[in-house]
Amino acid sequence: MIEFTYARAEDTRGAIRLSSDAAHPKYLGGGTNLVDLMRETVEKPDALVDVTGLSSDIEARADGSLLIGAAAKNTAVAADRAVRTRFPMLARAILAGASGQIRNMATVGGNILQRTRCTYFYDDASRCNKRAPGAGCDAIDGFNRNHAILGASPACVATHPSDMCIALAALDAIVHLEGPNGRRTLKLVELHRLPGGRPDIETELKSHELITAIELPALRFAARSTYRKVRDRASYAFALVSVAAALDLDADGTVRDVRLAMGGVAHKPWRAWKAENALRGQSAVRENFRAAAAAELAMASGLRDNAFKIELAARVIAAVLSELAGDLA
Amino acid sequence: MHFLINGKSFDFELDVRISLLDLFREHMGLTGTKKGCNQGACGACTVLVEGERINSCLALAVQYQGRAITTVEGLAEVGHLHPLQHAFIENDGFQCGYCTPGQLCSAVGMADEIERGVPSAVTTDLAAESIELDRDELRERMSGNLCRCGAYNGIVEAIAETFAKESA
Repeated sequence: MIEFTYARAEDTRGAIRLSSDAAHPKYLGGGTNLVDLMRETVEKPDALVDVTGLSSDIEARADGSLLIGAAAKNTAVAADRAVRTRFPMLARAILAGASGQIRNMATVGGNILQRTRCTYFYDDASRCNKRAPGAGCDAIDGFNRNHAILGASPACVATHPSDMCIALAALDAIVHLEGPNGRRTLKLVELHRLPGGRPDIETELKSHELITAIELPALRFAARSTYRKVRDRASYAFALVSVAAALDLDADGTVRDVRLAMGGVAHKPWRAWKAENALRGQSAVRENFRAAAAAELAMASGLRDNAFKIELAARVIAAVLSELAGDLA
Repeated sequence: MHFLINGKSFDFELDVRISLLDLFREHMGLTGTKKGCNQGACGACTVLVEGERINSCLALAVQYQGRAITTVEGLAEVGHLHPLQHAFIENDGFQCGYCTPGQLCSAVGMADEIERGVPSAVTTDLAAESIELDRDELRERMSGNLCRCGAYNGIVEAIAETFAKESA
């Protein structure tokens, strides 16, 4: 680990000021990803600004929406009564990720900005365009079982590792940001980028901008939602494929509305807009779920080790929607 | 830097790069907490911060100043093992013993999470006010602690004997 300075921010303005004073600063949450990356010298900040003392409040508003302070720990969000009852897919997604110990450390803001677990990104003996722009990618022709099937580029086939973000993508979460030039908001689905030619630029964040909170707009049918994660072992592993879904049916079993997002498949949390559009107005039966999944995955492509994910993703989408449809029947 | 570890106060001049784990082992002689993977994958370094379990290998010590930290050395009262430590002995909850301090601290923190009604990935009813520590819950909640000897059956028995009874 290279040397760095450490400062604990007392408030948001102070955090931004501390960050602005450094050449290569990083905001520090629980450190569960950043400390590891610094030890591997993949991340080399010259200053850490500890933002764990900023707002971790979870505010359940009367209109059904939620505002979650970015310093809230993953465990606190998953255990929150309003999250569990209004947005169960979010609680399920968080609980599907990492271990009890890590969820006690990791913050919401840090979870969103965690970096891919592509082993070639971590291994500085490998070529990686994300770690060293222009170096090449050893994952494309390497061991790529965990890599992307959607939205990848010749420069990068890494996946975003977060479970929580998949639920946030499905729930139209809004990210509250503050930087040297003031406050703004971004939809979570617009925060992360696809790799294109610059996989090293992962988000739309500007210099010194800090995630201060996540807002979940009210969604009437989110109370009937879930998250399913398929992985190589029963617990404590990253997703091969995961699906977050909420389904709203009419009395006659027609899909009135739906929210669908996938994890483990792309460089960013993948909102399944095509599948959602294909489903609205259709009857909630398995063949329509399969057809919607096929619409979403039409552009998917596999590498040497991960082509199985295309069929797996289709099956998980159909299974999760069928489960929700059964719940509502 | 000022620390509260196992009920005592300590002051150290420390490099900000030092992890909580290295503070215990290299600066305090508290070698009960073990370094396994040093990247948050194995759980051997688990300690309690204000009763919550964390991986001390991923924790920069500088972030944990002034907070009440308990390592495995602080679990037992002088002359009396913690009931969970007794149960590990009775149930053969270890072979080489390297993962044991982390298993013990993790299980104590886990039992507190159950007590507080924190759900897990296998909790069927997220709306439930209380959760029973059955074997599925126990195994899921302890999945952040690996045992390369494979003493899991004994570990599960020891934890269930100590904590499942209490919540029943």
